[in-house]
Amino acid sequence: MTFAEALRPLSRSKRGSPASRFLRTYALQLGIVAVALVVWGLFLLGSPRTFLSGDIYVAFMSTTPFFAIVAIPLTLVVITGEIDLSFPSIMAFGMTGYDLVFVATGNIWLGFFTCLAFGLLAGLLNGYIVVRIGVPSLVTTIGTQFLLRGAVMIITNGQGLGMTEVQPTTLHSILVGRAFGFVPTQFFWTVGTGFLVWFFLNRHRYGAHVYLTGDNIESARLMGVDVGGTKILTFAVVGVAAAFAGFVVSAEVLFFWPTLGEGYMLNTLASVFLGGTSVFGGTGTIFGTFVASFIIGAINAGIVAAGLTGFWTSFIYGLIIVASVSIQTVLSRRLT
Amino acid sequence: MNVLEMRGISKTFGEVAALHHVNFHVGSNEIVGLLGDNGAGKSTLVKIITGYHAPDYGGEIWWQGQKLGHLSVARAHDLGIEVVYQERALADKQSLWRNIFMGRELTRGLGLLDVRRMRSETLKLMHSTMGFTSSAITPESTVKTFSGGERQGVAITRALYFKAELVILDEPTMGLSLSETKKALDFVEGIKRAGKAAIFIDHNIFHVYPVVDRIVVLDRGTVAGQFTKNELTLQELTDRLYLVARTGNLEA
Repeated sequence: MTFAEALRPLSRSKRGSPASRFLRTYALQLGIVAVALVVWGLFLLGSPRTFLSGDIYVAFMSTTPFFAIVAIPLTLVVITGEIDLSFPSIMAFGMTGYDLVFVATGNIWLGFFTCLAFGLLAGLLNGYIVVRIGVPSLVTTIGTQFLLRGAVMIITNGQGLGMTEVQPTTLHSILVGRAFGFVPTQFFWTVGTGFLVWFFLNRHRYGAHVYLTGDNIESARLMGVDVGGTKILTFAVVGVAAAFAGFVVSAEVLFFWPTLGEGYMLNTLASVFLGGTSVFGGTGTIFGTFVASFIIGAINAGIVAAGLTGFWTSFIYGLIIVASVSIQTVLSRRLT
Repeated sequence: MNVLEMRGISKTFGEVAALHHVNFHVGSNEIVGLLGDNGAGKSTLVKIITGYHAPDYGGEIWWQGQKLGHLSVARAHDLGIEVVYQERALADKQSLWRNIFMGRELTRGLGLLDVRRMRSETLKLMHSTMGFTSSAITPESTVKTFSGGERQGVAITRALYFKAELVILDEPTMGLSLSETKKALDFVEGIKRAGKAAIFIDHNIFHVYPVVDRIVVLDRGTVAGQFTKNELTLQELTDRLYLVARTGNLEA
């Protein structure tokens, strides 16, 4: 019996009892929670000493936000049926804005807001090329990924910037401080980002238009939805979030590397797709991406703690992406 | 008073005259069937009514007794001209209530969705207009699971909810099964009961005839003839349409 056949009984009653309707409505969310519990269970069995101590969880809360803060708004882009591969470069591009302002004025707050503004600009550029010029987003953002990285290298001349001046500031303790002495504050920013994006996606007209644009762009347009404006705004949000994440990473390590962002591509995309957001657009949840981010974040540590080499991480990320996308495709065929 | 009146409407695309001096009107609370072969000019006429195309110079469009200067898509929407497109006007993976309020979400200011009210309005419409009595369908059901007739009902209900004065149905029965067609036709009668006017475009006179008040036959860009239903039986109409197809004339 194939996997698809095994699922068939699920689809028999298309409109079943309230309980089965609940299961179907929240299938993806329940699925991701199940995956999280299984992965956690495996790690607990594999290396109980590591996973029964609190330190590893503090480490997750510290490093997972670096990509979760981008993965959450990136979910919006994927729901509209588009993709953004340029966010790693935007992380560095935003910090280049900080670099320029800080070197010129020494003002950290001004530098921080310039960083966000650079991210906004980069996001608007992506949106403009995709919507107004009409280049598919996959191609556009591969292009801007190189373009922005190139701009970063030219402007910084490949030189990094020490950020020790940031350490004593309020900004530092707000963004990457340690609440109660041990909880990394970037974790709260991730939760906050998740809640904010969830709110706009589910309780605001903008989010309704995000879903409609990704589901059926033609009918959304016929019904008067500004599909172009919705997409541009979505790319802009990812731009700002990527620049913000870039600042958080740099503030945590107290150094801005011009290569910042490289290495975040895979786990960010993996979080979105593992979280149940469909590559085909029109469906996806913020809750799924949030939980998936922490699964992805745990895998790296878990693999090492379980005694495997770090070489396994890439393999396992890949396995997770391929398997989750396949399962979703089969599920969406069978459950509806 | 007529809801819509069009006088001397012509439309030429380059060398091709799609419409030639067409006079057309829709009375208040009247259902008009628009029949004609492919290329007769039905869709061009509809696109002029919805503001998508402007008629050639000299054509006049009157709305509820007033002459319209320029009719844009947005203006047509504001006047209450609603087109019920086929399948493509629904977002499959979204819930029923999101489809009903697509592009016109109810908000509580600042763009905040009034989800509770949209759900309750949808529930009301399901019982009053759509005739969904099965408890298996809720405002949260995704539209993908609906039958063709149900989907057509959603599209028509949506048009009526937004105070449409004139509903244009573009081949609403195409691709529907027998029972689904019946359901779609029931919705057309619902438009009549709601006191609104409609233009019903279809190839199939057996679908059009029972629900309309008047039939207008277009042929090669001109109005070949029109009848009120009591002037003509279905059989006579059928015979004449064959005649039009062969000769371009309705009378032998």
